[in-house]
Amino acid sequence: MNDLGSALTTAASMVTTADPAVVQVVLLSLRVSLTAVAIAALVGLPLGALLAVAQFPGRRVMIVALNALMGLPPVVCGLLVYLLLSRSGPLGPLGLLFTPTAMVIAQAVLIAPILAALARQLLEGMWEEYSEQLRSFGAGPWRAVPTLLWDGRYALLTVLLAGFGRASAEVGAVMIVGGNIDGFTRVMTTAIALETSKGDLPLALALGMVLMAIVLTVNAAAQVLRDSSARWAG
Amino acid sequence: MRAPDTILPLTAEGLGFARNGVDILCDVFLTIEPGAPTLIIGPNGAGKSVLLRLLHGLLDPTAGRIVYAPAPEPRRRQAMVFQRPVLLRRSVLGNALYPLALAGVPRGERDARARAALALVGLEALAGRPARRLSGGEQQRLALARAAALNPDVLFLDEPCASLDPAATRAVEQIVTALAARGTKIVMTTHDLGQARRLAGDVVFLHRGRLLEQTPAEVFFTEPETPEAAAFLQGQLVW
Repeated sequence: MNDLGSALTTAASMVTTADPAVVQVVLLSLRVSLTAVAIAALVGLPLGALLAVAQFPGRRVMIVALNALMGLPPVVCGLLVYLLLSRSGPLGPLGLLFTPTAMVIAQAVLIAPILAALARQLLEGMWEEYSEQLRSFGAGPWRAVPTLLWDGRYALLTVLLAGFGRASAEVGAVMIVGGNIDGFTRVMTTAIALETSKGDLPLALALGMVLMAIVLTVNAAAQVLRDSSARWAG
Repeated sequence: MRAPDTILPLTAEGLGFARNGVDILCDVFLTIEPGAPTLIIGPNGAGKSVLLRLLHGLLDPTAGRIVYAPAPEPRRRQAMVFQRPVLLRRSVLGNALYPLALAGVPRGERDARARAALALVGLEALAGRPARRLSGGEQQRLALARAAALNPDVLFLDEPCASLDPAATRAVEQIVTALAARGTKIVMTTHDLGQARRLAGDVVFLHRGRLLEQTPAEVFFTEPETPEAAAFLQGQLVW
């Protein structure tokens, strides 16, 4: 209980004094996770939409694979990206290991299947409703993909939030490919893990509270946007 | 109106459709000529909606074929409105613009054409409203506007008034009449005999998947050729 009390005071002073070291960690966390969500969305959402509308051999296998990849452990994902980016790996010459870029790659790989699988489920229902009308207009599955993504944009916001939540909460992947280097690749989750292992529980807890507050703010903002616009679109 | 440049007359030659080995339509021969609306009537399960979907190309016939008069891009010269309109999650105007974009209408022309179609159905004042917030009757009128904007040779209507109240039904019938007067061929299914009487130029009578009659409306309603049609008219009148 003592820890919790001092954690609250520490968290409060962190926010009020805007400690530069903490601010840097927070900003890097946001930058990495938001960039990862954006990249994963560019790949995952169209893929999900295509799986919702197109009939092709191997579709069911892909859906099962994507659903399974939703449970990919972050450490395993981090390890795979680590192997790709390490000096002796295929992408080693790029020198990306232990940089924020490597962390973005790892998180994007982690959440792209989540976005694709959730988008597929969501848009499949919409396609069921739209398909006959769109075919009457002369639109095939390929043309339907951008239509569904646009018409489902408010609902897809929830999918993006799920991806952002997963990205900002995970520690395994960024730890492995980022290395938790102070001032360079340290993000909130790796900082929390470090402070915990050092025994500074109040500081770890305080960081955790700040992280929660950020995630809460992002979700609340998205919810407001979604509600107002979904009410509009019906 | 654009006589040499139309997919009409449209003929069905021995059209058949079977699903899971059950014949839904069998051996249908018919010709859709330009002119007053063709009404497809018959009891439930006669195959009216399936015939419409076959003619429109949403279903592939399992027997026979459909022949259009030689005109380029026959698929783009027809449109269909469904019993329950499927409106996009966009504004009223956005819904009217969408099929025009798909049909490759130049960007500069789309807005004027979409707005003209909305004016035709009396929805121009609601152009900015979200389409799915409209009432049932307004939604069906928007679906008609969306199809009319395409300026099709043939417009297929599948029970467009089945879930509408009398006022909305009257509005839809007025739009259908206006479109027919403008030269669009209407092919429409209905189970409302009063509506068929009001709109039909000729009548296609289906019964258990077979076409029993295709006759001018005044002949069909006064002296139907087949006992099935006579019974259908009787039954409905008694009702």
